[in-house]
Amino acid sequence: MKVEFQNLSKQYEPEQIILHPMNFADDVHTLAIIGPSGGGKSTLLRILGGLIAPTTGKLWVDGEEILQNETALQQYRKKIGFVFQQGGLFRHMSARDNIAVPLEQVHGYSREHAEERAMELLARFGLKEDAEKKPAALSGGQQQRVAIARAVAARPKLLLLDEPTSALDPEFTTEVLNVIRELKEDGMRFIIVTHEMGFARHACDRAAFLCEGTLMEYGESARLFDHPETEQLKRFLGKLLQWNIS
Amino acid sequence: MGRLQNLFWVSENRKISRSAAVLNLAGVTALWVGLFWISLSAIQVKLDFRFLGEFPLRIRNGFLMTLGLSIVSLAFSLIIGMLSAAGQSSPVLFIRFFCSVYVKFIRGTPLIMQIYLFFYIVGTAWGVDNRFLAGVLILSIFEGAYIAEIIRGSLLSLDQSQLEAARAVGFTKRQAWRFVILPQMVARTLPALTGQFASIIKDSSLLSVIAVIELTQTMREISAVNFRLFECYLFLGVLYLCLTLPISLVSERLERRFQYES
Repeated sequence: MKVEFQNLSKQYEPEQIILHPMNFADDVHTLAIIGPSGGGKSTLLRILGGLIAPTTGKLWVDGEEILQNETALQQYRKKIGFVFQQGGLFRHMSARDNIAVPLEQVHGYSREHAEERAMELLARFGLKEDAEKKPAALSGGQQQRVAIARAVAARPKLLLLDEPTSALDPEFTTEVLNVIRELKEDGMRFIIVTHEMGFARHACDRAAFLCEGTLMEYGESARLFDHPETEQLKRFLGKLLQWNIS
Repeated sequence: MGRLQNLFWVSENRKISRSAAVLNLAGVTALWVGLFWISLSAIQVKLDFRFLGEFPLRIRNGFLMTLGLSIVSLAFSLIIGMLSAAGQSSPVLFIRFFCSVYVKFIRGTPLIMQIYLFFYIVGTAWGVDNRFLAGVLILSIFEGAYIAEIIRGSLLSLDQSQLEAARAVGFTKRQAWRFVILPQMVARTLPALTGQFASIIKDSSLLSVIAVIELTQTMREISAVNFRLFECYLFLGVLYLCLTLPISLVSERLERRFQYES
């Protein structure tokens, strides 16, 4: 899917620049956005997801310009799946309802059809027994798997994941990353903001390095990891390797 | 030893057994009744409740009046509370200040002063001479301010991530309110609102000062006839407890039920 933006930037106060104007155009299959914390990764993903408006610039997805008015954005969000770092599930709803209610209310499924689809996804992600549980009764990894199930339930064109594993214990991280890899094998296109470099390198065909609000490097993920060009990326990867077990 | 100790002692995060609860509650009751009994004996009062049998109709009417006043006031104060909670975050400054001055004035002054003020000045000026209606209006305006704060607090405590998630799944503003914000607010406010209902019932007793013949006024009138002041007020307390105790139990239960959800 073609994702393109021109002169895209985000600024809150005159002093507080989150993203410097940046350009991008490519056919996205699986893209990892990596970089140090506070570099603007989540902000960029939220702009791509139609959740916050850029200060300047235009955005095209699949050749269509994403207009920044609420009605257009709401239509756009229907076609995108979004997974938050944590707390994205509706707390008062069961796992099943978290998936079924948006299908019914936003995508026009019948109640039965929505529940059927929800159960199908929960079973697929190993959560069949937990369908009636509320998020607070699920582990962090289970919550994220439900969140991913909800995000892909309406078969979105593109899945956006904002650090889906960074609030999880290591053993849950793997189970969530496995789910995302499975989706990739099914042909799901996604953009993931992640600190899991192994996943970024091996499960994503492209990577973008975002640092201090600037898109510093972009390309095949193997190339970014093996032959970083900018000093910033070299330093960033070097820090990550410092405590590597191998 | 351990068993005996468990009857009087509970360590953290342990459940209190039924027998321990009954035993200790009985002890507490005995202490209160005993203290009261000694005090009564000291001033040589002998309680005699038989006279109550002479006024079953008046007591029933007073009880129903208190109940009616409280229920109608609850409904109105909910409306007032919701409007002023919303008003306090209105972009129109006049509305915002109007609501916030209202809430601060009501919460900062005693109910009895408000009753006199509204009934004798505002009520007289605007021709509100039906005492039930006046009572309902005063009580609703008073409780509305407290309910406004309960609602505002729960709105403020709504997690931003829930609102963002609502947008991310494609909900419209309206759907976000219906499927996310309202259900979560109900879960948060219901226990506190139930508790507020108990307050309304107790606060309605102050309406006796403008001669609304509710429960307190009824008992005052009865005691004025037969001078059985102690019996009248003791019985009055029991009647109020009959209303408020079940409500506070419901409130506690709601609190526990919703605790797991947010």
